[in-house]
Amino acid sequence: MAFTLYSLLQAALLCVNAIAVLHEERFLKNIGWGTDQGIGGFGEEPGIKSQLMNLIRSVRTVMRVPLIIVNSIVIVLLLLFG
Amino acid sequence: MAYPSGYGAHGSKHRARAAPDPPPLFDDTSGGYSSQPGGYPAPGADVAFNVNHLLGDPMANMAVAYGSSIASHGKDMVHKELHRFVSMNKLKYFFAVDTAYVAKKLGLLVFPYTHQNWEVQYSRDVPLPPRQDLNAPDLYIPTMAFITYVLLAGMALGIQKRFSPEVLGLCASTALVWIVLEVLALLLGVYLATVRADLSTFHLLAYSGYKYVGMILSVLTGLLFGSDGYYVALAWTSSALMYFLVRSLRTAALGPDSMGGPAPRQRLQLYLTLGAAAFQPLIIYWLTYHLVR
Repeated sequence: MAFTLYSLLQAALLCVNAIAVLHEERFLKNIGWGTDQGIGGFGEEPGIKSQLMNLIRSVRTVMRVPLIIVNSIVIVLLLLFG
Repeated sequence: MAYPSGYGAHGSKHRARAAPDPPPLFDDTSGGYSSQPGGYPAPGADVAFNVNHLLGDPMANMAVAYGSSIASHGKDMVHKELHRFVSMNKLKYFFAVDTAYVAKKLGLLVFPYTHQNWEVQYSRDVPLPPRQDLNAPDLYIPTMAFITYVLLAGMALGIQKRFSPEVLGLCASTALVWIVLEVLALLLGVYLATVRADLSTFHLLAYSGYKYVGMILSVLTGLLFGSDGYYVALAWTSSALMYFLVRSLRTAALGPDSMGGPAPRQRLQLYLTLGAAAFQPLIIYWLTYHLVR
């Protein structure tokens, strides 16, 4: 497998898009991964599931606007240059 | 050389700016080192005063003063922008190595089974630089090993008459992409397992980069002794690297107080360490088998 940096950027963009399209109400709550279902007590033990849920929620919040911009640029460039 | 006092003043001024780090990582060897081809020194407007008496022409004096002030302004701007992304002090910690450290660390990477004490030593809550502590990770060996690996891959492909300059760039970018993927996976694992120690991105980059030493040794043995030598060297360096990684990451993840944490988190950290260690032989084999056909 010969990777280039361009393929790494493509894969990263696709992965972040995949995390960003996980809908909070329609999907995550139904499988028990909603963010208001996981906040346990204030103990020292976050656990791997609540860390994952926090990660998904923060990725969706932080990357929403940059993803719109980057996706638009990539769409235009791919339309123009194939 | 010509301008020692100006550089000495600038060196002490630079050190006073980074006050909270008492022992300087590097000796100030900038005396007489001129970084710009124009001949006039880059840093500090106070250097201009030392240059003045050497040039008799007042117009040249003014030009030198003006040019050095412009250069120092540009340098400050570049530093400010760079400091926003990468903390140069933290990066400098990883390159504070010397020859004895590099030699001992290379020996440790090849034969870690007799090393007793794997703890990183601290001095007043600041980890000691690699120059004074053999267990501290550094970025010098991984960087040099990566470059050596790319050159060695080019040579191996040339021996097999499959060389072209594009292949070299492809090899380098493939190895770089694997490093980035591994560091990202390790960062994700460290975040999910809530490791409280100071395992920053650069630490993980250093530990991921140590596999290049094993790769170089395997490829060299494969070139010298054929396919059998390659597999023997691969097995030896893989097991040594796995042992090294498990010991280092266990003591690093426990932190300076070695208290650890509750049992499930410790189990997660153990899985993370074992997973990282098990990944090493696979990636060493993947990146080198096509060089030793």
